[in-house]
Amino acid sequence: MIRAEKLTRRFGDTLALDSTNVHIREHATTVIMGGSGSGKTTLLRLLAALDTPTSGSIWFDGDDLAHVSRKRLYELRARMGMVFQYSALLNSLNVYDNVAFPLHEHTRLDESVIRTMVSMKLEQVGLRGFERLMPSELSGGMAKRAAFARALAMDPEIVFFDEPTSGLDPISAGVVTTLIHDLTQKTRMTSVVVTHDVHAGLSIADHVVLLWQGRIIAEGTSDEIRQSSDERVRQFIEGRPDGPIPFSSSKTPYIDDLLGGATERFG
Amino acid sequence: MSEQMAGAHNGFERLLGRIGRKSLGAVAWLGDMASITASSLALLFAPPWQGKHFVLQLYALGVGSFVIIAITGAFTGMVLSLQGYYTLAKFGSESLLGSVVALSIIRELGPVLGALMLVGRAGSSITAEIGIMRVTEQLDALQMMAVNPQARVILPRIVATTIALPLLVSMFDIIGLIAGYVVGVELLGVNAGAFTGEMIAKVLPEDLYAGWTKALAFGVLVGSVCTYIGYRAVPTTEGVAKATTQAVVIGSVGILMLDYVLTSFFL
Repeated sequence: MIRAEKLTRRFGDTLALDSTNVHIREHATTVIMGGSGSGKTTLLRLLAALDTPTSGSIWFDGDDLAHVSRKRLYELRARMGMVFQYSALLNSLNVYDNVAFPLHEHTRLDESVIRTMVSMKLEQVGLRGFERLMPSELSGGMAKRAAFARALAMDPEIVFFDEPTSGLDPISAGVVTTLIHDLTQKTRMTSVVVTHDVHAGLSIADHVVLLWQGRIIAEGTSDEIRQSSDERVRQFIEGRPDGPIPFSSSKTPYIDDLLGGATERFG
Repeated sequence: MSEQMAGAHNGFERLLGRIGRKSLGAVAWLGDMASITASSLALLFAPPWQGKHFVLQLYALGVGSFVIIAITGAFTGMVLSLQGYYTLAKFGSESLLGSVVALSIIRELGPVLGALMLVGRAGSSITAEIGIMRVTEQLDALQMMAVNPQARVILPRIVATTIALPLLVSMFDIIGLIAGYVVGVELLGVNAGAFTGEMIAKVLPEDLYAGWTKALAFGVLVGSVCTYIGYRAVPTTEGVAKATTQAVVIGSVGILMLDYVLTSFFL
């Protein structure tokens, strides 16, 4: 459905994504995993055309999202939805108006029809009856589900999820993960999920992409990833602090910093 | 000696380099602001029509700023009357008080103080609101729902400040004149007929146009500066705090600079 070719993104001197090729399969859940700073959110934002790559192409139904006009991009976005890490509900609107927002913007449907559609979406995420609550009155899990309902409002073909379980308690995280899995199956939509939650990610993925330092170090089904013999993959899925992926991001040895200070003081 | 001269030369070069970099940065900043403002204003007549949002912003910024404008107008008129009376009394020209108060308020103090109050009260909240929308990914969420944030968030606020400020300045002028009359006539004993007669005789339609033109220009300036700084805010808590302070400082200094330019045109 989406095919990214030689995708590179630089922020100043930092190389966030390095000539990466990714294929997002139709009607399937692709989970992009990796540690902090591995480039997974950068990749998601590029795939959703919220950012422009330094070089490379992102093909979506014959259009290169990296070079498409704003008008055409907005047409394509009618087929996309996104659930942001912090939900990104519009603060000034209640749950109903947030979910109805894309319908009010892009359709001329009667309000009674919109009310029915919003009610159906909220029922899907278990929030029917909470229409009048403002975003500030929702818990983290409820806000994520409301954002999910809003992303589904236009019945998109593809939905992007940025860290859907981060900051949630285990029950809320489980509910959100199950929702993503069930709705992807029922509606045959395509899901792209960015997460560092190994258990949740592997449990819902049809295809897993594992990133490290802006490059893909492994990809395949959840079972293939679980059985991988690559030390970097093993360290990540087992959550071990020691291994080829260093815990510390410092570029100089700790002892040099300590002795460097002593050298300066005592000559 | 030659080493000292070389050191001074290097210091001078560094200073010049720093001034050059700052100047280039300022020009680039102004260019970017002009570009964002112009591309937002270009959306004024493009569908979808943002009428409802213009009215909402006009209410929030205009009506919300009325009390502070009324208080500032009243005290400005009172102080002007007091100061004017004691200065004019030295020359035995107390009867001119009405025209001094009216011309000062209508041509200069009404637009300038009104704009400074608007930047402090409404401008800072515009910047903070847009900055928080940036931090919480609401601007990205609008993009994903194929809604242009420039049309939805920036444009209505620039239009609202541009329409609201001339109206608020008119209120400022009326309240300031009434307050000046009360202090001059009721408290200091200036003849009522002389006060109002001088005012009517000396204030010409050009003076009113000058005041309104300034208010209109300041309205565009406040709207452009405050929306731009919020839109480009660094997406962190500190970034939004810094942007809010920056908007008030740059907005206020910009008003005073533009006032000098416009005054030199109208004199």
